[in-house]
Amino acid sequence: MRKVAVVGVGHSKFGIRNDVNISELAFEAVKPSLEDAGAEAKEVEFMALGTTGAGAWYEELLPAVVVAEYCGLTRAGLTRCEAACASGSAAFFSAYSAIASGHAEMTMSVGLEKMREVDNPTAMEWIGRAGYYLWEFHNFGLTFPAYYAMYARAHMAKYGTTEEDLALVAVKNHKYAAMNPVAHLQKKITVDDVLSSMVVASPLKLFDCCPITDGAASVVLASEEKVKDLRIDTPVWVAGIGYSSGTANLSKRNDYLGLEASSIAAEKAFKTSRTAPSQIDFAEVHDCFTIAEIMGYEDIGLCSKGEGTKLIREGQTEIGGKIPVNVDGGLKAKGHPIGTTGCSMIYELTKQLREEAVEKSRQVPLKNYVGLAHNIGGTGHYCYVTILRR
Amino acid sequence: MPSIKSREVKIEQEIPIAKTLKFWESLKEGRIYTTKCAKCGKLHFPPVADCSSCYSSEMNWVELSNEAEIETFSHVVIRPTSFQENKPYTVAIGRLKEKVKVLAWLTGFKMSEIKVGMKVKLTAKVTAEGRPTYEFVPP
Repeated sequence: MRKVAVVGVGHSKFGIRNDVNISELAFEAVKPSLEDAGAEAKEVEFMALGTTGAGAWYEELLPAVVVAEYCGLTRAGLTRCEAACASGSAAFFSAYSAIASGHAEMTMSVGLEKMREVDNPTAMEWIGRAGYYLWEFHNFGLTFPAYYAMYARAHMAKYGTTEEDLALVAVKNHKYAAMNPVAHLQKKITVDDVLSSMVVASPLKLFDCCPITDGAASVVLASEEKVKDLRIDTPVWVAGIGYSSGTANLSKRNDYLGLEASSIAAEKAFKTSRTAPSQIDFAEVHDCFTIAEIMGYEDIGLCSKGEGTKLIREGQTEIGGKIPVNVDGGLKAKGHPIGTTGCSMIYELTKQLREEAVEKSRQVPLKNYVGLAHNIGGTGHYCYVTILRR
Repeated sequence: MPSIKSREVKIEQEIPIAKTLKFWESLKEGRIYTTKCAKCGKLHFPPVADCSSCYSSEMNWVELSNEAEIETFSHVVIRPTSFQENKPYTVAIGRLKEKVKVLAWLTGFKMSEIKVGMKVKLTAKVTAEGRPTYEFVPP
């Protein structure tokens, strides 16, 4: 396999973006990513679009084609990747594979989602169906927060995790989002704010949940030769990618303490990149709900099973701790435009590895120049783990 | 912000149940059947026409016991569009005596009474809107 580098990244402002349509939103990320790479749209041979809600919460059924036309990418090979909340990572993997296999020299992955063109109950309806509609939604109306709430309940029963522990994740991620100009919720909160917020799906409350967000992120990838042609001075290399999946029916999972897909994907990513969890300088851990970040620590191997709460209680996942996690605000506070998140994680890893964090206050210290992005689709229905190295 | 409304589409899919008809029909009689692979013996829930373990399509119908233990649960307050008419509901996953797990609503308990590890009974019923379903209730 050939070496592949990230050579350009772009990111739109996350939030309620009723000021733009789907194509205009994509443009906000595509343009800066090409400028960052010093490349032109016509050089992109293949573009993979990560998005989930085509025809559901936004109106276009062929968003890859629509976005390509709007951004001057027509004639490039196109595909839309759906892996629920990991669609952005699936798109990145697709764009990576096109270069690694020798098919292309320069490709692009774009994450794109517009979730606020429909009302909130309708958004809840579509995300709730993201499992096994026939068996778990049709009669039972399982919502996305309820999926994770059931994991939270089981984790609490087994390991003594408390609602305060979950709140600490939200407080940390809001703290960093307040330093991130592209974040949806740039507001610090307290443990009391979380505990006193309304119950969404017990034991998860409003501030345990990520917001429903619009946003786009774009990544330009290049082969080793193309990196030289473009005279890229700080390429960030794809060191390894791991992936796995879990059952559609939640009732078919062995337990509700962690996501098997995360453990398998992380193990594969560590193996292919020849790194160990201890060598990772910082991580983006999928925190659609607070419990997800704690399970993520454990599933990736940043700590042993049941010890995730210890990491958050001791502040080990803040800047200055053992391993900073989600210092962009995470899905929790930066926002979670479902199909965009994977590419947004790659954007953050790249910026951090280049020591270009937008706000210096949230630049992580780098020792090995290695960062990890853990991106779950659904509730461990899909998982991609991507490791980048400068 | 200025916007225009897209054209409205009403979507209602016809989901085939021919291959699992016995399951849906028996719910109306208050019984819960599922499939067991005739070749490898794997017990499936939900019922399936094809075995994902050995790829056989020879299935036997077996009736499930109603004894279950709650593994986890959540009380759903914020509800999707198609459940707006329902009051908040409790969703639970229970493990049956036969080892298969079932996800269903849990009714008949006060919120404070519900615990992980609690014994419950699985029953079949038809909802007020005429949908065959099943739920966990006090034993």
